[in-house]
Amino acid sequence: MTLEDRGPGPDAVYREELLAGRFTVQTCEDCGLSSFPPRVFCKHCGSAALKRVAASGDGVVYSTSAVRNRPDKGGDHNVSLVDLAEGVRLLTRVDGAGPTEVPIGARVKARIVTGDVPHVVFDLVKE
Amino acid sequence: MTHHELRGASAVVGVGLAGCGEAPGRTAMELIGAAAWNAVTDAGLRMTDIDGVFGVSAVHGMPSVTISEYLGIKPRYSDGSMIGGSSNVAHILQATMAIRAGLCSTALVVYGSNQKSASGKLVSSAAEFNPYEQPYKPRFPITAYALAAARHMHQFGTTRRQLAEVAVAARGWANLNPEAYSHGPLSVDDVLNARMVCDPFGLFDCCLVTDGAGALVVVARDRAKDFPKKPVYFLGGGMAHWHRSIMQMPDITVTAASESGPRAFEMAGMEPADIDVLELYDAFTINTILFLEDLGFCPKGEGGRFVEGGRIAPGGSLPVNTNGGGLSCVHPGMYGTFILVEAVRQLRGEAGDRQVKDPETAIVHGNGGVLSSQVTSIFGTEATL
Repeated sequence: MTLEDRGPGPDAVYREELLAGRFTVQTCEDCGLSSFPPRVFCKHCGSAALKRVAASGDGVVYSTSAVRNRPDKGGDHNVSLVDLAEGVRLLTRVDGAGPTEVPIGARVKARIVTGDVPHVVFDLVKE
Repeated sequence: MTHHELRGASAVVGVGLAGCGEAPGRTAMELIGAAAWNAVTDAGLRMTDIDGVFGVSAVHGMPSVTISEYLGIKPRYSDGSMIGGSSNVAHILQATMAIRAGLCSTALVVYGSNQKSASGKLVSSAAEFNPYEQPYKPRFPITAYALAAARHMHQFGTTRRQLAEVAVAARGWANLNPEAYSHGPLSVDDVLNARMVCDPFGLFDCCLVTDGAGALVVVARDRAKDFPKKPVYFLGGGMAHWHRSIMQMPDITVTAASESGPRAFEMAGMEPADIDVLELYDAFTINTILFLEDLGFCPKGEGGRFVEGGRIAPGGSLPVNTNGGGLSCVHPGMYGTFILVEAVRQLRGEAGDRQVKDPETAIVHGNGGVLSSQVTSIFGTEATL
């Protein structure tokens, strides 16, 4: 048995799904753990039985920082690490508070941003 | 107790620095060449005596090949493994293995960069495009370390004031080192009031960007006394890495130093209490705190409280980063070389006003990427063999 090695790979498929408005992660049918970013076999157990599933979009802020910039260079912006309910962690941006005001531990919800490189950002959930 | 076969198998018999601080008008390779020449001369050798080359650079794709050509060396064995700032610390272990295996006899470990004069900003392997990171405009590597610091503060109550203590201690050591780039008074309030760069880091929480090169000559233990300077023996080494991208780091408050450290201590047959001098890769103030914890000098989460009250500063109970560190001495992109050189100088007793009293052992901990590759080396004087 060998791994599938032709046609659009997991990275390309993830991006196509994102452009179609679907945020997905890979879940292993053997160990049950999820992986992100996309890959060709499970990073946890090595199984090839990775299945693409819709992500819940529900997350919690694991850590956060604000990159400081002069106003003429676009001003400050937030960069955070968010733990998704599926058990994967994303580098991302959290909106809904000032760049320096994002609380660690806050609940957040995913939102897809399309463009040159489609990507996922998160909004603070109003408690 | 039987010792690991690499314990005491090699010794550093030559060290050299060049172009530290600012060296405008010099190429990276000219700085590498000068540091290599200084190290070889310090060992009482000629460049043609070198038959093993372990070198890296931020700007050469085949660094050990390019470096060997420039130095006029035709090595029997060479290695240019690039694992970030810890590369040269790993090369000490690899040189020891190659010497032990008879693949070479006189090894040169070297790194250099002219990145301050050439670009004025970090020349970093983090420049690889990652579509899962770039859209968020992180300022790598700073942002990754800032995220670790923010989480450490949240989880353990570490404060910006405690982070600042690390920068203040480093400056205290730098003020005793005429070769350090930054001199002058620096208070906790100075650190706290500086321009913010990437929360929770202000300007003084971040390392310098300088030029500089460093080199070491490594030989087998049985030749170590044939050279002019007091030999410094390799006692233990260990490496570990778990991630390349910060989002893949399992717990950003626990680094792979928690594995590389115990591996090095086991090889050396030592524990943290046996160490006299610590040289920890301080690219940012949080690094020193994380590595004090992960190497076992204090419990996890206690690093912030541990460094309070000048404990790691000159006059404190634990001498850490005695050259002034990446924060106040030198940091040309990859800093591992410079902590190796400082450890050797301390164990030789050549450290001038910053000399720790009669040290017998030193630990060098190298870090690469975004808290990614972790490499620990333990060195000692002849008395520790």
